[in-house]
Amino acid sequence: MSSTPILELRGINKSFGAIQVLHSVDFRVYPGEVMALVGDNGAGKSTLVKCVAGIYPMDSGEILFDGAPVNIHGPRDAAALGIEIVYQDLALCDNLDIVQNMFLGRENLTSMRTLDEGAMERSARKTLAGLSVRTVKSVRQVVSDLSGGQRQTVAIAKAVLWNNRVVLLDEPTAALGVAQTDQVLSLVRRLATNGLGVVLISHNMNDVMKVADRITALYLGKVAAEVKTADITHAQVVELITAGRTGNIGLKPAEAAQSA
Amino acid sequence: MTEPTQTPPPPILANTAAAEAPTEAAFSVDAGATNLKDSVLAYVTRIRSGEVGALPAVAGLVVLLVVFSTTTKIFLTRGNLANLPTQAAPTILIGMGLVFVLLLGEIDLSAGTAAGLASAGMAIAVNFHGNIETQLKGGMFGAYIVVMVLALAVAARERLWPGVIAILFGGVVLVTHIGSNQVVAMLLAVTTGTAIGILTGFLRARVGIPSFVVTLALFLAWQGVLIQFLGAGNSFPTREFKTINALENTNISPVLSWVVLIVFVGGYGAFTLYTSIRRRAQQLSAAPVSIVIGRFAILALLGAFSVFFLNKNRNPNKGHVIRGLPWVVLLILVVLVAMTLLLSKTTFGRHLYAAGGNAEAARRAGIDVPRMRIAAFGISSSLAAIGGVVLASKQGGVPADAGGGNTLLFAVGAAVVGGTSLFGGRGRVRDAVLGGLVITIIPNGLQLHPNVGASYQYVITGGFLLVAAAVDALSRTRKPT
Repeated sequence: MSSTPILELRGINKSFGAIQVLHSVDFRVYPGEVMALVGDNGAGKSTLVKCVAGIYPMDSGEILFDGAPVNIHGPRDAAALGIEIVYQDLALCDNLDIVQNMFLGRENLTSMRTLDEGAMERSARKTLAGLSVRTVKSVRQVVSDLSGGQRQTVAIAKAVLWNNRVVLLDEPTAALGVAQTDQVLSLVRRLATNGLGVVLISHNMNDVMKVADRITALYLGKVAAEVKTADITHAQVVELITAGRTGNIGLKPAEAAQSA
Repeated sequence: MTEPTQTPPPPILANTAAAEAPTEAAFSVDAGATNLKDSVLAYVTRIRSGEVGALPAVAGLVVLLVVFSTTTKIFLTRGNLANLPTQAAPTILIGMGLVFVLLLGEIDLSAGTAAGLASAGMAIAVNFHGNIETQLKGGMFGAYIVVMVLALAVAARERLWPGVIAILFGGVVLVTHIGSNQVVAMLLAVTTGTAIGILTGFLRARVGIPSFVVTLALFLAWQGVLIQFLGAGNSFPTREFKTINALENTNISPVLSWVVLIVFVGGYGAFTLYTSIRRRAQQLSAAPVSIVIGRFAILALLGAFSVFFLNKNRNPNKGHVIRGLPWVVLLILVVLVAMTLLLSKTTFGRHLYAAGGNAEAARRAGIDVPRMRIAAFGISSSLAAIGGVVLASKQGGVPADAGGGNTLLFAVGAAVVGGTSLFGGRGRVRDAVLGGLVITIIPNGLQLHPNVGASYQYVITGGFLLVAAAVDALSRTRKPT
């Protein structure tokens, strides 16, 4: 694991009107690791992701990419850096096939300015094969014919196709069955194996314990703890999420109580 | 109209260990050509899941042909069958335009009256030697210019350059007198359609009025403007203007008819066969050659039969000989091929389908969805205006109700019967051709039954439309979500 985080957030503050949603949040992802971002509803997970995505402006704090400070003012800035966010509601077009979806908005063109279907199909197939995706019968299947897990796979593969370096996954397994969850989780693991920085936002502690290298727990807009998955138990993570502290890990008792 | 695109960097994963093993095995089904059996099975699966495509329209055509040819003597005569394409042409052309707005899940109720209004521009231009301002009194000419300028501004703001060029041309025709030329006058009609469509699209996409309301308002308004253009109770003849009149009333010579057939059907066959063989060679998913040849053979057979049939004299009376392919068939073929290529081979077409399938996904992919809407309305009204020109040619002039009445509803019906979804995201330009023929054959055949009243035309046409819409709706609900 490299010593420089691929993406680092320092002291992020964000308020909506009088309500402060994020209190000087620090957050790091290293290339080749899966960082889980956990927290109860309203802890600030989505707000943090939207700050990284450039959808919300931050009040203060800085974002470092590859160790260098960057400004993200909009989704395009994030995309230009190589940060891809796979949203819960997927953003695939049901009426288009897998190749068409993966290249949507970034189609390859022939010298005659027409769509280069051959090149796109080859790249799509190569990317899916590179992720060891075996569940899709044909890359020319229409998305409406795919299962939830297959759709999630396509959405994640789309992020990989464009050589992104950080992928943020918002609840990728929330709507999936057991077998499909396993498929998606192993895909998440392979993203990290391939050198990407992966942020997994999840409510499902089983998923988190299974796939994450480290866990950042948010409690009422503050980072309660950033711990290695190996150093912590399932029950302790739940305690971090619900109370902000567990044993000697987490916010100081006074601080946790005050936040609540 | 295409977006700037970048070539994707080679996927970083391709050179890692994970990529080695399963590259070919994972997609054995579609790597290389699929065989005939797989294709047939896939087609059956598609039909069962509700993706019926052109099947209902083709089935409807066959049923209607069989019913009318067995129950009447006249239906199968040359004179009657040759009427079908010319009767269907305005509906087909307006319907082809509507496919573009239907693909986005929108509707354009004003396409019919806009077509009528656009053709009035043409009729005035040729009847007044290009001096359009002499006929348009009481500020109407000024209003015409203002509409064109506004549309030009919108088109430029949205970077719709083909639209800008078209509207600029129309503006030049308006202020100069070159509209005395019939071809130029027809182009004035088309560009007027472009301007109307772009303004309609702007009201829908940027102002945010639902398309049903925008186009309902314009449907009413254009009827009034048309009456103002013509003067109360007036109508402008086009019969004596040879080029305009030729569209619906003259035919291509028999030899040229064969040439048209060979160019279009042969071109289709060569292109699809070449694509299939090349894709197979490149290990890409490809339709089996047998199916490609089969499709081509059916088309060639139908085409050859039609041309052979139409090349015989169909004038029942002695006198001059009527034979050959009607000119309007060539016009429809050209528009069909051009629009099909636009939808299937360009980023514009791809983005239109994406915006119709999931506007939010399209937006996140960086597609300017409102701009796509404006472009779709622009194309729709431009094609509708071509339909208006053809309608004028058929009627021999532009009356005060040109494009009114059921014109629009039949065109929407044509697209839907042909298989275009009202919910957006699914449809092809050819749907309007197939559906337009169905919609036209019904009244054509029924009028040959003296004991079946005209009232049945509407009921039966309505029934067909209901069935088509039901198939469309059911195919959506059957899909897994």
